[in-house]
Amino acid sequence: MLRSLAPRLVAAVCSSLSTRVGVSSSRAAFKAPSTSFLPTLSAAAAASSPAHRLFSSAPNYDQREFVGELNVIRSDGANLPCYRVLSPQGEVLDAAHDPELGEETLVKMYETMILMNTLDNVCYDVQRQGRISFYMTNYGESASHLGSAAVLKKDDVIYGQYRELGVLLWRGYTLENIMNQLYSNHLDLGKGRQMPVHYGSRELNFHTISSPLATQIPQASGAGYALRHVHGNTDACCVCYFGDGAASEGDFHAALNFAATLDSPTIFFCRNNGYAISTPVHEQYRGDGIAARGPGYGIDTIRVDGNDLFAVYNVMAKARKIATEESRPVLVEAMSYRVGHHSTSDDSTRYRGADEIEYWKKNDAPETRLRGYLEARGWWSQEREDEELKATRKRVLSALKDAEGRKKPGIDQIFHDTYAEVPPHLERQQAQLTEHLNTQGIHYPLTDFHK
Amino acid sequence: MLRRSATLLKTSCLRRFSVQHGIRQMSSNTEIEGDKSVVDGLDKAELETMNLFTAINSGLAVALESDPTACIFGEDVAFGGVFRCTMGLKDKFGGKRVFNTPLCEQGIAGLAIGMATNGVTAIAEMQFADYIFPAFDQIVNEAAKYRYRSGNQFDCGRLTIRTPYGAVGHGGLYHSQSPEAYFAHTPGLKVVVPSTPREAKGLLLASIRDPNPVVYMEPKWLYRSAVETVPLGDYEIPLSKGRIVQSGSDVTVVGWGAQLHVLAEAVKKAKEEQQISCELIDLRTLYPWDEEIVFESVRKTGRLIVSHEAPVTCGLGAEISARVQEECFLHLEAPIRRVCGYDTPFPLVFEKLYYPDMLKNLEAVKDTVDF
Repeated sequence: MLRSLAPRLVAAVCSSLSTRVGVSSSRAAFKAPSTSFLPTLSAAAAASSPAHRLFSSAPNYDQREFVGELNVIRSDGANLPCYRVLSPQGEVLDAAHDPELGEETLVKMYETMILMNTLDNVCYDVQRQGRISFYMTNYGESASHLGSAAVLKKDDVIYGQYRELGVLLWRGYTLENIMNQLYSNHLDLGKGRQMPVHYGSRELNFHTISSPLATQIPQASGAGYALRHVHGNTDACCVCYFGDGAASEGDFHAALNFAATLDSPTIFFCRNNGYAISTPVHEQYRGDGIAARGPGYGIDTIRVDGNDLFAVYNVMAKARKIATEESRPVLVEAMSYRVGHHSTSDDSTRYRGADEIEYWKKNDAPETRLRGYLEARGWWSQEREDEELKATRKRVLSALKDAEGRKKPGIDQIFHDTYAEVPPHLERQQAQLTEHLNTQGIHYPLTDFHK
Repeated sequence: MLRRSATLLKTSCLRRFSVQHGIRQMSSNTEIEGDKSVVDGLDKAELETMNLFTAINSGLAVALESDPTACIFGEDVAFGGVFRCTMGLKDKFGGKRVFNTPLCEQGIAGLAIGMATNGVTAIAEMQFADYIFPAFDQIVNEAAKYRYRSGNQFDCGRLTIRTPYGAVGHGGLYHSQSPEAYFAHTPGLKVVVPSTPREAKGLLLASIRDPNPVVYMEPKWLYRSAVETVPLGDYEIPLSKGRIVQSGSDVTVVGWGAQLHVLAEAVKKAKEEQQISCELIDLRTLYPWDEEIVFESVRKTGRLIVSHEAPVTCGLGAEISARVQEECFLHLEAPIRRVCGYDTPFPLVFEKLYYPDMLKNLEAVKDTVDF
């Protein structure tokens, strides 16, 4: 009986609606004793309890299943399937699953992929030249970013980890926003307080990135709850991006359990790119990826080919529909590959072969798949590719130059925004710094800062 | 599971303890009451005699009544809470606004921050301050820094975390802690500790409405034992403003929360036995704290004692002492004294000896006068 649990698990998560996993009791050997003295859930409570939606772990004594066979569920790596629409060469495998986003949208997506790669190329080099302090690239994950972001609406609230540049760009975060943040200048929306790539935008409903991993995940459970159960918004969801490594943090587990019990319309989008800095996934977890954890929390789950723009789009559309229409969380695991190093502080050839990286670049790149689809329809060409690469690089370098030339925020910004107001002890400390600079200012790069 | 006991403060237990712990007897021997100005001018119909948990309950009801986005959540809050602070609130405001969470402090904090940063007045409860540590990362790295790191695009001002703290007579290591110093060391947070029911309701409402994340620590010892008249309506007591509980001329004595009652006894005895006149100050907000009220007092008396339950090393007494000697050095007639918990975990059977009680404080007052 219990050996057949795995396929049933797969069936349960692949169906669009939750199903009660009924288990026949043909092998029941025990007769349940009289239970009239035990408390039972009311029918209404039983029907609404999340625990009842997936597994027969009913609190009602009568509904528990007792078996005479001792079968330990061996965790033998039963694999949840991975949904795909486009082949690595860009051919649609089943036309019925083509979301048919159209030439305009798809060309814009492809151009955004070019922009992402150009930005990553330029900014990585600029860090190497010592002109910015730090950078993280997004190579290999553009389909995950764009496919998911394209589904979202303006009022949807987004939390990220640090490798979601495509999501930001698609939402409307500008080149200028990016460059100003990287250079920590006075136009940085974050006022120069954080390291590069810690983007955020109130206008775009994209919460500012923070360095501690996975802290955003339970916050996303709360944001979803707020949207739906306090503000009554039935057409908004919260989306939370995080990686395969972050999903080991306690905050991940807390978040999923909370979102499930509180019916948060939150989509948990795991970018499984194979590595957490140098730690490959087989040292990160022993189970079937992150997707297998979803059902354990009573959460609808789907695994998708993260390099397949159309598959990601379709999955996200479905996830958003479930989240908003049914007010419940969804777990999406997008399988991809981190083509670049973890950051500019990392040299990944120290822990993986260059041939492994080459394999993915050559055989399974998100840009290649989309380009194949576009060119097959005459919507793109090598000529356009050359033009676009050139024009994009020019734009990026121009924005870089402007940002580089701008001053940093005023020194008073050290003391603002710790609180809503500037309390007396911070006014005093600011005065101390001012006094210090009056005599020692020549030893500090004061001209870098805005007056 | 022995981890927690919701029966810790059964009424019968408390009565036994207030007799055994004569040194820490409340209300019958001391006349510590909250700010009188809060009840001045109100007629009897607008007041009610409440203990601390009832006052908290009243404050929470006012908060939810006046702010349609306000929500209360945490472990066991729906049925009324292990200390009864949330009694009747779910019935009154519904299960969407008053609800239980799974047993997970980091989840409670993360959820609360997500709500607070998305237009909800989030009032989260940590069942005991001793269990707040799984939430430490969320509180310190996220809530406290949300506004600063986002360039003021976002903020976590609508977050309030309520948590019972402090010695209770039989709590031992994990039901007695006073962890205020960890949070007072975190820029971006505010830390507030009430000392009476009237103070509690006003400070709680001010904390909930303050546009900064606040850790509001409720002295569990006082939940039932502190009783006074409290306005039924809506009022606030300002944050970062201490109060002079009792004026005096010889020694400044600073405390907060339940300890204030211990200090009040010591101060009374000092007057009776040695004619020493102490000025007793209730800080109310521990961070940012009201420096001026303490400086002004020390410039008058020249002597300072700070007393808190938390271990002495790196406790808030250290911060107060450092600032006072910076600003009032030439006024000091004696070294600043701290009467605090020892630098050990909080022991069970030795509590009466561990505790910075009335006798130890009385001794300190005499010593500082005799210096």
